[in-house]
Parts: sequence; C-alpha cells; structure tokens
Amino acid sequence: MKHLLSTADLSKDEAVLLLDTAAQMAATQSREIKKLPTLRGRTVVNLFFEDSTRTRISFETAAKRLSADVINFSAKGSSVSKGESLKDTALTLHAMGADAVVVRHWASGAPYQLAHAGWLDAGVLNAGDGTHQHPTQALLDAYTIRRHLVGLRGGAGEGVGADLAGLKVAIVGDVLHSRVARANVALLHTLGAEVTLVAPPTLVPVGVETWPCAVSYHLDQTLAEFQPDAVMMLRVQRERMSGGAGGFFPSPLEYTRYYGLDARRLARLADHAIVLHPGPMNRGLEISAEAADSDRAVIVEQVANGVAVRMAALYLLMAGEDSAEGNDL
Amino acid sequence: MSQQSTTYVLRGARPLGGEPADVVLRDGVVAEITAAGAADTSGAEVVEADGQVLLPGLVDLHTHLREPGREDAETVASGTRAAAAGGFTAVHAMANTSPVADTAGVVEQVHRLGQEAGWVDVHPVGAVTVGLDGERLAELGAMADSAAHVRVFSDDGRCVADPVLMRRALEYVKAFDGVVAQHAQEPRLTEGAQMNEGVVSGEIGLTGWPAVAEEAIIARDVLLAEHVGSRLHVCHLSTAGSVEIVRWAKSRGIDVTAEVTPHHLLLTDDLARSYDPTFKVNPPLRTAADVEAVREGLADGTIDIVATDHAPHTREDKDCEWGAAAFGMTGLETALSVVQETMVDTGRLTWADVARVLSAAPARIGRVDTGPAAQGRPVAVGEPANLTLVDPAARRTVDGAAQVTASGNTPFRGRTLPGEVRATFLRGRATVLDGTPVAVGEAVR
Repeated sequence: MKHLLSTADLSKDEAVLLLDTAAQMAATQSREIKKLPTLRGRTVVNLFFEDSTRTRISFETAAKRLSADVINFSAKGSSVSKGESLKDTALTLHAMGADAVVVRHWASGAPYQLAHAGWLDAGVLNAGDGTHQHPTQALLDAYTIRRHLVGLRGGAGEGVGADLAGLKVAIVGDVLHSRVARANVALLHTLGAEVTLVAPPTLVPVGVETWPCAVSYHLDQTLAEFQPDAVMMLRVQRERMSGGAGGFFPSPLEYTRYYGLDARRLARLADHAIVLHPGPMNRGLEISAEAADSDRAVIVEQVANGVAVRMAALYLLMAGEDSAEGNDL
Repeated sequence: MSQQSTTYVLRGARPLGGEPADVVLRDGVVAEITAAGAADTSGAEVVEADGQVLLPGLVDLHTHLREPGREDAETVASGTRAAAAGGFTAVHAMANTSPVADTAGVVEQVHRLGQEAGWVDVHPVGAVTVGLDGERLAELGAMADSAAHVRVFSDDGRCVADPVLMRRALEYVKAFDGVVAQHAQEPRLTEGAQMNEGVVSGEIGLTGWPAVAEEAIIARDVLLAEHVGSRLHVCHLSTAGSVEIVRWAKSRGIDVTAEVTPHHLLLTDDLARSYDPTFKVNPPLRTAADVEAVREGLADGTIDIVATDHAPHTREDKDCEWGAAAFGMTGLETALSVVQETMVDTGRLTWADVARVLSAAPARIGRVDTGPAAQGRPVAVGEPANLTLVDPAARRTVDGAAQVTASGNTPFRGRTLPGEVRATFLRGRATVLDGTPVAVGEAVR
C-alpha cells in the first residue's frame, strides 16, 4: 500500500489487515511504555490546509508512538488566496525528504493530486479532503464496530481476522457534505455490513442510488424496521440551515425533531446496539446529551481507537509487510 | 483589405469532400474550379492537395482571446495564429476581458489588434451588461456602430440571469439585427459548482452543476425570444434536456440557434475522477447520455453550429486543486479533428455538413456572411478565397506544449485524433501551408 486516499480503493483483505494491525497497535498501547521503535528515523509531515486539531493530534500521537519524526505544516488559506500553491508545498516537502504526508484539505481530490501529480515521492495519507473521503475515520469506525459487535459477541478477542458481515449500520445526517459518510459507505460495504443512510432529501447527494447502500428519509422508520446494530450520527453544521447556499432544512428544531438521536429514539435501539459520532458533536442538534453520554455511546472510545488505526495506517504505508521491523510490535 | 499577388492552385482537392478538382485562388477570390490536373499552373504556387478535403474557412462564434488583460494566457496574436492553424478564418472574441469589452473603445481595440495580427478576421463580441455585472445594459448601439461592427452580444462566463434585463437585451438588439448569445447558467442553482451534478460528483465530493440550471434558462429565454420576436443564440449547450428544449422551440418557429463545443461532443464527467483541472470547464462535461444527445442534435440540425469556447489559461490557474482551478479548455486547434472523429467518421455528418456547422451557419448567426469580408461562403467561383484544406486520413497525437496557442490546457492531451489542417487561406493569402502557420502580421498590411 503506497497511499491511503479512499476507502473505495481498499480490498476486503486490505481493510481487514488494517483493522487487525490496529488491534495489534492498540494492544501495545496498554503497555507502560507506549512508544515503538518501528518508524525511527522516518519523517511524517502533517500537512493541514484546514483546521482540525483533533485529527492532527491523533495523527501526531500515532506517528510519535511509532518513533517517527513529526513535522506539522499548517497551510491555512489556499492557492485561491495568496498562499503558496499545493504544488509548491509538495515540492518543498519533497525537497525536505518527507517519507509520508498526512494531508487534510478543503478541496476534494487534493490528496489524490499530491499522490499522482508527480510532485512528491512520499506516501500520501488522506486525513479528510473536502466532501470526498476520510479513510482513517471510516477505519476507526469500522474498528470500533468490530470490537463491540463482533469481538465481544463472538468472543474472538477483538474480532481479529473478522469482517463485518451481517451487521447493520445506519448513518444519519448530512450525507451530502460528509466525507465521513462517503468513506464509511464504501468501507462498510467492502467489509460486508449493510448500510442505510438516513437524511432529509435535501442532504442526500444526487446519484446516491448507485451507492452500495439503502437510503431512508425517516429515522423512526429506519430504527423500527432496519433495526441497526450501530447508529452513526453525522455532525450537522448550523450554517447549512441558513439562507444563501444553505436552507437545507427549515430550522434546527425541526432537524432535531426528525433526525436527532434523543432519549426516546435511543430507547428503541436493540440492547446490543452502539452509537457512534465522528465528533465534534452538536449536543442538542443531531444528538442529545442523553444519547451522547449513554452506555451505548462509544464516542470517546472512537477517539482512542483513532490513534491505533492511524498507527496501523502509517505502519502499513511506511514499513510495509516485508519490513525487517515488521514483527517488532 | 490586403491583397495578395500569389496565385495558388490547390491541385486535386475535394471541395466539401466531393470529386477531386483543381481550385485556383487569385486576387483574393476563388477564380476557377476545374477538373483535377486541368488548371494552368504557370506562375502559380501549386499546393498538392491530393485526397484533402477543401472546406470554407472555419468561423468560430465563441473564442476567448484573453486580450486585453490576460496576455499571460493568450493574446490576440497568439490566439488568432492558433485559430489559423486550426483552419479558422474568422473568430468571435468573447467579451470577458479586462477591461470588459462593454464599450466601443474596447471592441475597436480588439478589432484593430486582430487586423494587425492578420491571421483571421476578429469580430469582437460585445458585453450585454456593463462589466458583465448583469445590472444594466452596456452601450450596445455604440458597439454596433463602432468600427468593430458588433452584432453578437454576450456576457459569456456569466449568465444574463435577470429576466427583465434579458428581455430588454433581446428587444434592443433588433434595431441593428444583433443577437444575444446566452451563457445559460442559473446562478443560484450553481453556487460553488465544480462539475456536472450526477453520479460522479456525488461519489468524488465535488459540488454539482445540475443540468436543470442550464435547461431552465434556455427554456425561459426561448419563450422570451418568442414573446418579443427576437433572435436568441444559446452558447455551448451541453445537456440532453437542452437539446429537447431547443428542438421544441424550433418546432414552434422560435428564432433560436444553438452551439455545442467539441469537448461536449467527446468527453464525459468521468474524467473528473482524475481530479485533473484540465477537465474543469463551464458548462461542465456531462454524461455519456448527454454526449449522445448533443451529437444527435447536431446531426439533425437542432444544434446549428460547433463553436470552440477556446479558453486558454496559464499553468498556475490549472496546476492546483480542482476547487481552486479556473474553468475552461483550449480548442481552436482540435475542433475540426473532434468533429471529424465524433460526427464524420461515425457517418452522422458529411463534409458539406461540416462546412455548414463550422463555417456557413456561424457566419450567418454572427452576420459576417455578406460584404467584402464575407465569411462562411460556398466554395464557388467568385467567392472570397477563405478556405481550409484538411487531410482526413492524417492522425496526430495531441500535445499541448506543441500547440500554437499560448496555453497548454487542452483536454485532448495524449489522444490521437483524426484529420490535420494542411493549409488555410484568408482572402487568397495563405495563413497556413504544409500544416504550419505562415509568417504574416505587419508585412501584409
């Protein structure tokens, strides 16, 4: 695996390998000394064209736990304004000898361009691009789902080696603008799970009928009939409902009424069902405090799993399967 | 008017793809058409044209020459030289320059630069509204009366979205037989739009430009044109629905004409999956079904013309994120080849049809088909010798860096296309010979 750009590029075997590697990484994180020597002497650049403190520190932690040198490169603004162009930034990183570039960008496709335009040799890891993809988020979601719903149920440890066949996942909220939803639909499908997207029609992309999932406009009906094993709530940005290019729903109250996960809806979930949210949450909008703080919510655990998954992704990208240090976990 | 003393004999050329003939060009006009091998070549320069198709010089109704303002992307000189290389003898230079061509002064400047360059006739298009801002009419009459003799008015790049303003423009240009060429794009439906809205945009996460944003404006405009009895030209129509609306309008007798670009005849939105901004254009590349519909519309006459929408951009405006890149692609040097590939080699158009859609019809719409500098005329004795020789058997692989245009943003890069322009004549003077532009410019004036 040279790059990790989109979950749609992952085969089932690659996806399971990533999750299994993440499980190995997670196991090391309960040791007293969490740091592994695996990527010593290698350089990881966190290239962030968009603010995301959470994702950046998650990647930074992951890289440091693998002993890589980490450089944080914040390139806010864009080549639209008077900032340095993506190309020049890439050439600069190339000249500095980056081994891997973790990129977050407001423009869909920017990581793909970095990987393919010939500006850079390094492996490229997409940390979220526009409204396109966010593969490590989907991987950590899948990891969390597997751990709870396969591992704890089947008794096979953390679910190592397993896919998500037979599991049902509802993804609820602003699918149109969500890279998390796109990344999850592709990955969950590859892993054998069944996905239903739930959103008001205004927040469903044109062409969704070609996606490997079902679409519903009704959360209550989906909870009753689909009976999801996992419910993933997407962040809804308040500006989506204002005028201008917004106006996707009439009011936050109405959104919450029809699509919010509140105590009433929480009570209807199956006993084993879990609740996920990629964060940051809008409490009281897409998720109520009762739901966010309930026993079913695995939201805090998602954050911890994010570090393990990112360690796995960095490891597989940079050390590879045939590395001498491959068993050094 | 420059006159050229050289007499040319185009030996064995096939006028409009017909039987081979010798065609003699003298004193700026077609002097003689005789049986192949029969023309007197004494004192004449012979152009061996065996197997080559002779077309009237091509006329582009939609060219961006970028001057004044963006001479780093193209100039009148470089763009018109590229036009000649592509077989054109006249281009209409779009108004979205800097400053905008919304006054007699600017259109006269562009017109003069075209004359000085000498490669093709340059007919400036005037802006419909001041500064392309869509708020009030530019001085259309002054531009029509200027030395540039403007007849085509367009805010191209932007839509005249205000229905009242569009109505006024359609009415006003009747006074001088002008035409409003509409860039049909409902602005609210396309805010932030990056590519065709459909399966691909949904998957790759780029904001969609829905077909309805084009079709709604075209539907409104044909009804306005009918209501006020004006003629309307639809720029770069790109969707199946737009073809249907224009077909319906023509069946009602509405005076509407429509154009399609070469890229919309060949390319689809699947190319956006590469995130290569070379494929970012406005209106966007559409689906395979739309490509088929515009080909069918061009074949059955619903779409009147092919126009390039040649839109040169500098490297820095394309070597960046898709979302930050400029819209547009070059097209002057590939238009004829794309039409051959998509329409002629598929049996949907004859070479006579090509002469219609790339020369006669655009000249007629632009009202440049009469007078001493008439374009788009038949290949016939006594007509101005605006001619293009194309070798339909040639095949060439497109290389942006090797093109004549000053910009490299061709979407056909790396493709092998049929047909090559071997020679172009502007009123009997060769602007291209042996497939290479012939030095012109000041010397000919």
